[in-house]
Amino acid sequence: MVRPAGRSETDSLYFTYPHFDPPSAAQKNAQQSAAVAIVGAGPIGMTTALALAREGVRSVLFDNKATFNDGSRAICIARPSFYILEQLGAVAPFLEKALGWTMGRTFYRGQKILEFHMPDSAEEKFRPMYNLQQQYIEQFLWQSVNASELIETRWQSEVTHVEDVSGGTRLCIRDPTGEYHFDADWTLACDGAHSQVRKMRGHRLKGENFEGRYVIADIQMDHDYPTIRRALFDPACRPGGTVLIHRQPDNIWRIDYQLKDDESTEAAIDENAVRASVASVLEELGYNGAWELEWWSVYTANTLALDDYRDGRVFFVGDSAHIVPIFGVRGLNNGLADAANIGWKLGWVLNGKAGETLLDSYTPERRAATLDVFANASKSARFMTPNTHGWTLMRDAALSLALSHSFAGELANPRQMTAFTYSGSPAVLSDDLAFSAGPCAGAMLPDVKMSDRYLSECLGEGFTVLCFGAELAQGITEACRKEDLLTVVTLPDTVAGTFAAGDNSAYLVRPDMHIAGRWQSVTAEQIVQAWRDVTFHTDLV
Amino acid sequence: MNHADLEKTYESLARKIDEVGHDNSELFLAKLVLLLAHANGNAIDVQQFINEAAESFDLPGG
Repeated sequence: MVRPAGRSETDSLYFTYPHFDPPSAAQKNAQQSAAVAIVGAGPIGMTTALALAREGVRSVLFDNKATFNDGSRAICIARPSFYILEQLGAVAPFLEKALGWTMGRTFYRGQKILEFHMPDSAEEKFRPMYNLQQQYIEQFLWQSVNASELIETRWQSEVTHVEDVSGGTRLCIRDPTGEYHFDADWTLACDGAHSQVRKMRGHRLKGENFEGRYVIADIQMDHDYPTIRRALFDPACRPGGTVLIHRQPDNIWRIDYQLKDDESTEAAIDENAVRASVASVLEELGYNGAWELEWWSVYTANTLALDDYRDGRVFFVGDSAHIVPIFGVRGLNNGLADAANIGWKLGWVLNGKAGETLLDSYTPERRAATLDVFANASKSARFMTPNTHGWTLMRDAALSLALSHSFAGELANPRQMTAFTYSGSPAVLSDDLAFSAGPCAGAMLPDVKMSDRYLSECLGEGFTVLCFGAELAQGITEACRKEDLLTVVTLPDTVAGTFAAGDNSAYLVRPDMHIAGRWQSVTAEQIVQAWRDVTFHTDLV
Repeated sequence: MNHADLEKTYESLARKIDEVGHDNSELFLAKLVLLLAHANGNAIDVQQFINEAAESFDLPGG
């Protein structure tokens, strides 16, 4: 990350980075161990801490910096992530500040070849995508983290060692006043793409590197264009290359432009070169007004992941476990889904509400989601930056044809992020084949607008059973013992169609809004048993 | 397509390849294939034709 000459790393045109002091001796003495230590107070670490706090679990966040992240630069937050933020009680400032968007436009040699629309309607609670700078994302999460009595944050505190001890982990922490040990039953590594915990534990990311290099730059300008993602292929300003343009709050615009094979990275990130390249993009957009450069960086696409997101009592969450290409905006969103996933599972295990086997479902669910991201993002990366003659030729053929044939333009659709379906997970039951429609087991629950509120607002804090007939609902409530933590919701007939449900049908929904199982026709006893199965109650006896 | 039609296709392809020129002929043919594939409507056929057309090239692993 580079800023213009004369400006320091956190000297932003529009954002004031806070300064966080290291913890006092008294603070450190007051808490020398915790159920959960979280390494990294970025968006993933903070979301994980909030997800644990939602389950009543105390955690301590360690971060080696004295302020928010200035390296990573996510800007797109997808609809499933907004549901996560809402569950954590953190969504309000996001809704107020972020720019929602629903469509993208793709141009080839200055001519529009595709206009794609992401699924959206007045029935949807959230827009399919929102743009918001990462430092705002962190600031808004920090407001919730700072307000939580269950989360302690230690800034300027570097974790230098994570050791296995009997029944837990022992961390070695270094801060400006010295070194100390901290014991945690579980350690969650949320320390990003360059994770030190990953290196300390001797793990390596595996996968593919793509060749295309992009300069990404943020500029401030008074540009009158709606929040629509624009992609330019072979534009006059970058012949043979691609350019992406995104609008962000505060009149900030993200411009990504591809470097040619013969352009050296070093020369391309020189301030004058960046200014000249940005100016030529703006000329192509027809913008003639004043603009200021905020920062820039250079980027290469990778699809890299750990084989296992768990190493004993250490879990890897977010970019520490996987690096995905920017195309399709899945880096942050995939990480937030990791955070929500490990958060409720570890919370339930620590509270004695679920057996420890539940934790074995974290890697299969989240790694499968990452592999799915890889498949989609690799397609996008090969279209954006084809690296062989064959891929380049077919990409150019599709673009050229798209000028007159819309079917070919669809090949340029970036396939934005959607929630992953956890089929085949140990924490999801087999789908009931008697259903001919409706969301399958493992899918994220579709939200439905009802007369006075959304379905998502009727869910309990833990597992929820959605019923469609009063008799079954009553039966489940009676079949539950005190320790069976099930919220039973009876839905009106108007909603039954979405779920292809009859009077005796039921959907069992997990705390993360994924469907644990569904039955076309079921008894109350079967539902209660199913809940005990997916929470591994046999472990608890 | 009868023999006369096929001959006509053969001739107009040859003419068009010369017309677009050596530098553009490859791109022209790739576009044509996408158009024909889209119009043909049978993905299995198209996949088979892709493989058949490559048979004479003695590919590694083929």
